[in-house]
Amino acid sequence: MLRDELLNRPCGGRFGDIVESIGNTPLVELPRLAPKSGVRIYAKLEGRNPTGSVKDRIAKSMIESAEAEGLIEPGQTILEPTSGNTGISLAMICRRKGYPLKVVMPENVTEERTQLLEMYGAEIVFTEGAKGSNGAVEVALEMAEDPRYYMPYQYGNEANPRAHYEGTAVEILEELDEVAAFVGGLGTGGTLMGNGRRLKEHDPETLVVAAEPTQGEMVHGLRSLEDGFIPPIIDLSLIDRKIMVSNRDAIVWTRKLLDEEGVFAGVSSGAIARIAVRIGEELEGGNVVFLVPDDGWKYLSSGVYTKPIDDIENLDSTVWW
Amino acid sequence: MATIRIPPVLRAQTGGQTEVEAAGANVGEVLRALTAAHPDTESQLFGADGDLNRYVNVYLNDEDVRVLDGLETAVSDGDTVVILPAMAGG
Repeated sequence: MLRDELLNRPCGGRFGDIVESIGNTPLVELPRLAPKSGVRIYAKLEGRNPTGSVKDRIAKSMIESAEAEGLIEPGQTILEPTSGNTGISLAMICRRKGYPLKVVMPENVTEERTQLLEMYGAEIVFTEGAKGSNGAVEVALEMAEDPRYYMPYQYGNEANPRAHYEGTAVEILEELDEVAAFVGGLGTGGTLMGNGRRLKEHDPETLVVAAEPTQGEMVHGLRSLEDGFIPPIIDLSLIDRKIMVSNRDAIVWTRKLLDEEGVFAGVSSGAIARIAVRIGEELEGGNVVFLVPDDGWKYLSSGVYTKPIDDIENLDSTVWW
Repeated sequence: MATIRIPPVLRAQTGGQTEVEAAGANVGEVLRALTAAHPDTESQLFGADGDLNRYVNVYLNDEDVRVLDGLETAVSDGDTVVILPAMAGG
């Protein structure tokens, strides 16, 4: 009996290759962060995916959808704008499946992101850091007019939220009968749309809450407010609350996750955890689930886990999300 | 009075001011007080239909007013209204 259990848990299952093993991440309770009795906080640890982030799910979904629709076949060059994680996931999957990959990425990301992309064989086109991810989207959209490229385009591809609708949210509901609130980061909107839709179908009372970074002074490269960008897949009517978190608070809470709960997570996770606990404080009771998009490895060089906050360089000019 | 935080992309239209004090009972009134004082901000903030420009996010303190009551969201004395261009991630 014990042997049967071990075949699935805690080993996480048996798969034919690394791409198949994407998903099935642990849902871990964080009792020390619970703000009151009756409220339980759970973290969905997406850093446990093969390349260390939630983006493995959507990269797999977008590539396999394109294959199923006959839009691509091995040898086709894939092009994608990214702040890093989606590019890294695509790079691993594209190399496994035989697609050359070109990613368009802002220059002000951590060194680890660049190294990981190079490690998996992706070509990188850097864009002006002061325009953040919006600048990468703008450049990639222009490049995609060249018919040699196929662009999955995570911001407008329904296979992105579908990876969560058919994956992440189903996994959460396998473990919990009720979810009072789901908190996710807002980047492409895929996490919030896919999970939000499925969780609200299960229980329309489930609150769907977006945590987003305060861009503040960083976006000085934009020419006007019209350079703002809202991913086409976002339907704001699914979101009950949308709350911004400063980079400083995000780092304070990333450290809290590490120090109080032993969870080694990326910087956006700190921001999302902070909002999950705030929503928990406001609720009478119930389960609050938040998604930890990535683990901390690719932020080590920034010193966010070890340096005093005031000593962290480029706190507000690094793309953390 | 509420304090409006002006993003870098809008400071040319506010004479370089990073914060502007404005009166109003809701977010719409506060923003209209800003456009009255600095008329060049109007076409950046509002579309021809009088609604917020699609690519502008406005926060009351730290919450996006689009998922609260939009321009009708009530503003109290001492609140901060933050204007930011919508940004992508991923």
